[in-house]
Amino acid sequence: MGESIIRVEALYKSYGLVEALRGVTFEVSEGEVFGLLGPNGAGKTTTVEILEGLRTADRGTAEVCGLNPERAGERLKEVIGAVLQSTALPAKLRVREALDLFANFYPRRANVDQLLGRFQLEEKAHAFYSELSGGQKQRLALALALVNDPKVVFLDEPTAGLDPQVRREIYDIIEELRHSKKTVLLTTHYIEEAERLCDRVAIVDHGRVMALGTPRELKQNSAGTTRLEIRLARPAANGTLAHLDGVSGCREFDGGYVLHSTRPPQTIVALVKQLEAENNELQSLEMFSPSLEDVFIELTGRRLRE
Amino acid sequence: MQIFSRTWSLTKIRLRLAMRNRAFFFFSLIMPLIFLVGALFFVGNRKEQWSGYILGAILTTTVMGSFWGLSVQLVTFREQGILRRFRLAPVGAGPMLASSIISNYFMSIPVVLFEIFVCRWAFHAGTWGDLWAMALLVTVGSATFSSLGLIIASVTNTMQETQMINNLLWMAFLFLSGATVPLAIFPGWLQRVALFIPAQYLATGLESATSKLATGREVLEDGIALSVGLLVAFDISRRLFRWEPEAKVPRTAKLWAVAALVPFLLFGAWENIYGARLERVSSNFHAIEHEVVPEQAPGSH
Repeated sequence: MGESIIRVEALYKSYGLVEALRGVTFEVSEGEVFGLLGPNGAGKTTTVEILEGLRTADRGTAEVCGLNPERAGERLKEVIGAVLQSTALPAKLRVREALDLFANFYPRRANVDQLLGRFQLEEKAHAFYSELSGGQKQRLALALALVNDPKVVFLDEPTAGLDPQVRREIYDIIEELRHSKKTVLLTTHYIEEAERLCDRVAIVDHGRVMALGTPRELKQNSAGTTRLEIRLARPAANGTLAHLDGVSGCREFDGGYVLHSTRPPQTIVALVKQLEAENNELQSLEMFSPSLEDVFIELTGRRLRE
Repeated sequence: MQIFSRTWSLTKIRLRLAMRNRAFFFFSLIMPLIFLVGALFFVGNRKEQWSGYILGAILTTTVMGSFWGLSVQLVTFREQGILRRFRLAPVGAGPMLASSIISNYFMSIPVVLFEIFVCRWAFHAGTWGDLWAMALLVTVGSATFSSLGLIIASVTNTMQETQMINNLLWMAFLFLSGATVPLAIFPGWLQRVALFIPAQYLATGLESATSKLATGREVLEDGIALSVGLLVAFDISRRLFRWEPEAKVPRTAKLWAVAALVPFLLFGAWENIYGARLERVSSNFHAIEHEVVPEQAPGSH
C-alpha cells in the first residue's frame, strides 16, 4: 500500500445541536479506492466536504496531499476533483463549453476531447445541460471532476438515484480510475458499490467509524458466519434458536428470525428437529453468505436503508 | 495573471448564456425601447427639444437595470447549487463577481447604442450628446449598479426576499433620481433627499451629457461619486459573497450592505451643504422646457 494521501484524525463537526461527526478517523493511501459506507445522515458528506475545503471542522485534523483543506485554498483545488451530491450547471450551458470553462481554471488540464470520448459524451458535446438525462449529467459531473487531472477524486454518492444500467457505467468509470492509479474517496449507501469498487471501506454511522478494513476483512471479522433468515408459523420458544448447533447469534427481525451460523448444515438439521419437537412449522428459509450489510447490521443493529 | 484569465473565461460564458436567454432580450432591449418610444410620444410635437433629455433618462434606466438582473441571476445560481460547483474550482468570489459585472456591461453596450440611434434618427434628436461623457457614465454606472445588486443577492436568502428588496430600491432609484420624474419639478425638500440617492448621479450626469452636451470633465463629479460607490460596493459584495444556499447570512452582513451607501450619503451631504447641483439641474430642465420649437421651412421636414 502507498503513502497516505488523505489523513483524517478525530474529526468533529456539529450543526447546532446535531453532532454530524464524532471523532471520525481514517487514512487513505495513494492509488486506493476508499469507501465511506453508511446510511443517510451518517456523516459521510460532511467528512468529504471538510476534505474538499467546503466546510470547516469544529475539531480534529484533516489533510489532503499534505495540505490543510481549511487553509490551502486554490492549491488544494488544483489537485483534487469532486462530484458533489447535489449540484448543477446553468441550463443553457453546453457540455463542451462546461468542460472548456472548467479546464481553463486550472494550470494542469486533461484533454477535453479525450474526456468527452471517455465519458461517452461526444454526441452530446453541443447539447445544453438541461437537455441531458440524469446519467449523462452524472457522467458530465465525473468528467468535470477529472478536468484538472487530479491526484485525489472525491465522489459523494455518485450513483444515487440512477438506474441500474447507468450505475454500472459509473462503476466502470471508477474501475478505470483505479487502473489509472487515482486515489478515490467514495461515499455510498449501496453495499454492492462498496463491495465491488472499494479496496477498503469504513462503515460510518452516527458520525463515527464503526469498522474499517477491506470488504473481505470486514466480512471475516463479522465471525465469518452465514446468515439464515427464517420465518415460522408460530413464534419460537424463548432462547431455543440461539442454542441450536453452530448458531453464534440470533435475533428477531422483520417478523422472522436471523441466525448467524458457523456450520449452516448442522444448524438447519438442528432447527428442523427443534421445530418438530415444538410442533412448529418452517414457512421459509433463506441462506446468505456474509455481506457488508450483515457487518453493518451486526455493528449497528439496523439495515443500511432503514 | 491566472485571476484575469479565469475572470475572462467566466465572462465569455456569461455572455453566451445571456445571449441564449429570451428574458434578457425582453428586459434589456424591448422594455427600455417601449419606455423610450412611449415617453417621446408623450411629449407630442416637442420631441426635438425633449429627445436628448428623455434619452438620458432611458439610458439611466437601462444602466440601472443591471442592479436588478445580476442580483436575480446570482440568487438563482446559488439556489440551484450552481455556485457550489464553481466553489470546487480554483475560482474565488472576485472573478465570479467581476465576470458578471463585465459581461453585463458588454451586453448593455449594444442596447445603449441602439437607444441612441433610435433617439437620433426616429425622433430627430438635435445632437448625439457628448459621447465621451456618456461612455464614462454608462461604464461606471453599469458597474456600480451591478455591484449594488450583487450585495442584495448576498444578504437575501430567497428569490422572494431578493425581489422584495429589489422592488423597494428600484422604486427609489427610478422615481427619486430624476430618471422618470424630472428632479427639477420635485418640492425643494425632496430634491435635497434625492441628492443621497446613487441613481441621481447617473441620471443627472447622463441627462446633462445627452441634452446639454456636458463634457466628460463636466460630469466628472457624477463619475467620481459613482466610481467611489463602485469600489466600495464591489469590495463589500466580494466580502459578503455566499456560495451555498444554506450558508447563513452573517449578522453584520446587513450593516455592510448599508455601508455600501455611505459614499452616496457623504456626497449627498456635501452637495446639500456646498454643492450647486440642484440649481444646475433646475436650469437645465427649464432651458429645455422653454426652448422654442424652430419653424420648419416649407418643403423641409
